Amino acid sequence: MVPLYWYLWLGSVVFAVGIFGFLTRRNIIIMFLSIELMLNGVNISLVALSHYMQDLRGQILVFFVIAVAAAEAAIGLAIIIAMFRNKATLHADEIAEMKG
Amino acid sequence: MVEWFFGYLAGAVILLSILVVLSRNPVHSVLWMLLMFLHVAGLYLLLNAEFLAATQVIVYAGAILVLFLFVVMLLNLKEELRIKRFTGGWPFRLLIAAGILIILKKVLDGFKVGFKGPWSIEAIEQATHTKALGKVLFTEYILPFEIASLILLVAIIGAVFLAKKRLRT
Repeated sequence: MVPLYWYLWLGSVVFAVGIFGFLTRRNIIIMFLSIELMLNGVNISLVALSHYMQDLRGQILVFFVIAVAAAEAAIGLAIIIAMFRNKATLHADEIAEMKG
Repeated sequence: MVEWFFGYLAGAVILLSILVVLSRNPVHSVLWMLLMFLHVAGLYLLLNAEFLAATQVIVYAGAILVLFLFVVMLLNLKEELRIKRFTGGWPFRLLIAAGILIILKKVLDGFKVGFKGPWSIEAIEQATHTKALGKVLFTEYILPFEIASLILLVAIIGAVFLAKKRLRT
C-alpha cells in the first residue's frame, strides 16, 4: 500500500515545477502548459485524498478542475492567436502596451 | 508490487514535467506533456479512480493537448527558437519555486487524515464507480455542475469572438 504522503508529495513537486516554468519561461504556450502542470499536481493530490479518505468529493472536484482547464485552454489559445495576428510574436515580454 | 508501479509512474511524471518546462521547442513541450498526462492517468488507475483516468485520457490528452498542438502548428515558430530560453533572473525564480516546495513539505508533515467518508472501496465496488460518482455529482453537486456548463458556454463564445478576424468598419 502506497502511503498517502507520497502522493501528496508528488503533487507538490509537480506544482512547484509548474510554478518554476511559469516564472522563468517567456514563451506564452509553455507558460500555459505550466498552468496545466500546476492543475495536474493539484488533481493528483485531490484524487489521492479522495481515495484515502474514502470520499468521492475529491474526484468531483477534479471534474470541475478539468472543465475549467478546458475552458481556460480554449480562451487562452484564442488570445494567443489574436495576439500572434497583431504582433507576430509569442514572447510575453514584448507585449507591454498595457504597462503605464 | 504496487509500490514499484507507483515509483515508475511518479518518476516518469516528475521527469516529464521537468522536460516540459525545459525543452526549447514548444512542440516537444506539448508532446512531453501528452506523455505526462498518460502517466497521470496511470496514477489515477492506481488510486481506483478509473472513470477519472478515462476522462484524463479523453479530455486532457485527447482534446486539450490536441488543441494546443493545433495552435502551435498554426503559428510560425521559426524565430522563437532563436531567442533565449529563460528570463534573466531564473536562479531567483528557481529559489521561489523551491521555497514553495519547502513550505508545502512542512505543511504535509503535519497533515493527518480526518474521519473517513461513506465511500469505501467495497461500497464503490458494489455501486460501480461511475454510478457512485454520478450519484454524488447529480445530487449534492448539481448546482456547481450547471455552473460548469455555463463556464464552458462562455468559453466557447469568448474563443469564437477572440479568434475571429476583425471586420473592417
